[in-house]
Amino acid sequence: MALTASNATPPDPVLVALNRFGLGARPGDERGKIAADPRGYLKAELKQQDIALISPDDPRNAGLLDSTAAIQASMTAAAERKAARDLKTAPTIPPTAVEEPGGSGETGSKPAVPRVEADIYRGEAQARFDKALNADAGLVERLVGFWSNHFCVSAAKAPVVRASAGAFEREAIRPFALGRFADMLLAVEHHPAMLFYLDNQQSIGPDSRAGKRRGRGLNENLAREILELHTLGVGSGYSQADVTSFAGMLTGWTMAGRNGRLGEPGAFVFNANTHQPGEATLLGKTYPGGGMGQAEAALNDIARHPATARHIATKLARHFISDDPPPPAIARLAAVFTKTDGDLLAMAVALIDMPEAWSTPLAKLRSPLDYVVALRRAIGSTAGNEPQRSLRWLRALGEPLWQPPGPNGFSDQTDAWTSPEGLKTRLDIAWQAARQAQDIGNPDEMLASLIGTSVSAETRQAISRAESRQQGLALLLMAPEFQRR
Amino acid sequence: MSLLCETPNLSRRAVLMSGGALFAWAYLPRFARAAGNRDPRLIVIVLRGALDGLSTVGPVGDPDYAGLHGDIALSLSGANPALPLDGFFAVNPAMPVFARLFRAGQATVVHAAATGYRDRSHFDGQDVLESGLPGPGNATTGWLNRALASLPAGDRIAKAGGLAVGPSTPLVIRGAAPVLGWAPQALPTPGDALVERVLDLYDHRDPVLAAALRKGLDADRMATGDALDGKTMKPKGGLDNAAGMRQSAQGAARLMAADDGPRIAALAFDGWDTHVNEGGATGRLANLLGGLDGAFEEFEKGLGSRWKDTTVVAITEFGRTARINGTVGTDHGTGTVVLLAGGAIKGGRVIADWPGLKPAQLYEQRDLAPTSDVRAVLKGLLADQFGLSAALLGDKVFPESAALKPMRDLIA
Repeated sequence: MALTASNATPPDPVLVALNRFGLGARPGDERGKIAADPRGYLKAELKQQDIALISPDDPRNAGLLDSTAAIQASMTAAAERKAARDLKTAPTIPPTAVEEPGGSGETGSKPAVPRVEADIYRGEAQARFDKALNADAGLVERLVGFWSNHFCVSAAKAPVVRASAGAFEREAIRPFALGRFADMLLAVEHHPAMLFYLDNQQSIGPDSRAGKRRGRGLNENLAREILELHTLGVGSGYSQADVTSFAGMLTGWTMAGRNGRLGEPGAFVFNANTHQPGEATLLGKTYPGGGMGQAEAALNDIARHPATARHIATKLARHFISDDPPPPAIARLAAVFTKTDGDLLAMAVALIDMPEAWSTPLAKLRSPLDYVVALRRAIGSTAGNEPQRSLRWLRALGEPLWQPPGPNGFSDQTDAWTSPEGLKTRLDIAWQAARQAQDIGNPDEMLASLIGTSVSAETRQAISRAESRQQGLALLLMAPEFQRR
Repeated sequence: MSLLCETPNLSRRAVLMSGGALFAWAYLPRFARAAGNRDPRLIVIVLRGALDGLSTVGPVGDPDYAGLHGDIALSLSGANPALPLDGFFAVNPAMPVFARLFRAGQATVVHAAATGYRDRSHFDGQDVLESGLPGPGNATTGWLNRALASLPAGDRIAKAGGLAVGPSTPLVIRGAAPVLGWAPQALPTPGDALVERVLDLYDHRDPVLAAALRKGLDADRMATGDALDGKTMKPKGGLDNAAGMRQSAQGAARLMAADDGPRIAALAFDGWDTHVNEGGATGRLANLLGGLDGAFEEFEKGLGSRWKDTTVVAITEFGRTARINGTVGTDHGTGTVVLLAGGAIKGGRVIADWPGLKPAQLYEQRDLAPTSDVRAVLKGLLADQFGLSAALLGDKVFPESAALKPMRDLIA
């Protein structure tokens, strides 16, 4: 396809390691070392202690809140906003809206900006960018990104989700990114951010005490997305009856409200009062009634289902190898998933060891998130920079952080990102970044350290003929070798 | 008539296109530092292409707004909430600096404003806006220059002259009074050399990316096409990107901060003709508004202690349709906003005799109806900043506008 030359020759292994598997080169990378053993370089990163975690115990992350605290802060802020609104007498139209500047009491009646959630979100984004900028190859961060998108929540759903999206990733994704799939699945589906995002707190068993009293019923959203998106995959053989039955099992999985009646506000709680009683059937297996354990047992089973293995194997191969991954690669990955009981570290190692990963042309376009991170790594953007600009870029590129358009996450197909508007925006961003980069070195040296010896003659020539260092850097950031992975 | 063709009689105008342009102040005659306590400055930013006032400062409290402005309407909720100004209006989230100044009592919005011009041609509309004449015609001088020329000969402000920022002098500041030209050093955008080089590289190496980028650039050009009268808004030497807006303001502020620097300046920012994919809280218009916001910030920072006596006013030839069109943009309209910022402004309020957005309340059933005259705002600023009399303003600066009273009370 696009890079015809690379169909003939396998891609540069250093670029496979840094771009296909990682977040892109940094000027100080030891390319010689990576070239000597690219697979070993990647595997070494997987072995680093707690490499997937962003711990709030680390002083650099001191400001981060766990999800319970974040949700409580959001609940409190929402209550204050509501109180402020209620206080207002709200004249619909101020005819000649001339208020006395600094007039008495005016400020108190202004609607407050939803600051609290935005601040938490920004702090979480900062921690995530810092982690990505500091990573060696960045493979673990790519895996975190993959799983975070697989099990996505959206900050646009509600302020509570905006406040807890970052904590969700730290609590339900990162601890298991190199662990067991079933454990990640259980952690995700117990998490208040997910339960709120997919409306499970509104789902009530029709035969539960609350259901009988209030005449309310099931909300199937979470059950359907677990089966369709999180585990088995669409068209894998489950029926509407399975969805309904599973939704019943999940009733009662909710988040304690602000009044604390069910438990600590903002924390997961099982509410027996809304749980659909009795046994239930999923995929032909009957699960006896008995509260929260029922859906947990079902989740543990579907986490190990062959359809889940195939679904996850396909998505991982598509992410790391190509939009249309070779079927043998998928089959091998699915076999590893089944054999290791969903060991995601084993899956990552299997991906690194796939011959296809090192022979397939680097034809996928970097997603906006990967592009922005790779660009910041390339220009030596220091960790600790405020994340506002990166967040703005991601919005402009159509991949706002933790804010996918739907529960199926952002697309992982190249076609979705090679849009005219997207490319034009990448050009604007490349130019902005190049103009503002500090101490741009010799463009030819940048090329050597960021792309390397396999660079095309055309790219090399374009950069060496640039009018200015800024233009040279912008060309490098737009080069096919930088855009594709 | 072309409003930007070089007029030959610009005495003492020195356009420094590049190379050491920041030192242009050295060409200014030096004056003794004035002893007066107030030392007012006025900066006029002309937004060419017709700014969508309803997406800049959204009447989020108007029940008809969201329906008319559709997907690009500002909202207090959602991913990119607008920044509330009062209980009714909220500013585009791309303008946090303006919102901060507003809260600090240093910024004001006059909404539902328009000049006296009621047709919808950019060129005529800009002529009227910048010339200060009652209608389009063969204008060669602008109201800001005539205001400058009206000051007593010994006046500090008159002596220092005006400052025109950009590769060509905006009409608004052309005329008999001396004007210094200054252009930021080399402001290439991804629109020129870099684009050609990237496209050339893609043509050779990556046809898929080449096709996508080309389309993206074409869409951008289409978006500046003039859907109503078939003319195209060509780049007129103004600045049409956020970085350029910020940079030009930064340079202008440095020149104006000098004790003997110009007290009056005009800038022109292009690119506001958002017929296609205008965007709301994010996107094309928001990017431009971010640039304008950056310009406000640079003036605030760069003028330092002079900021307290400064007024920055942003004006545009007319507004855009209240209802979005079929390409998620807006077409040429009438009423829009005037944005005012600066330490001299009596801020923290939106000044609007709000006409409403119901079909019968719209001008010709399509545009925000104008209830304030932009000229009244400008007259108010000139009267209160520089002490120009109403008679002079109604006769010489804005001819045939004696009946239109200056909007007083804008300056603190």
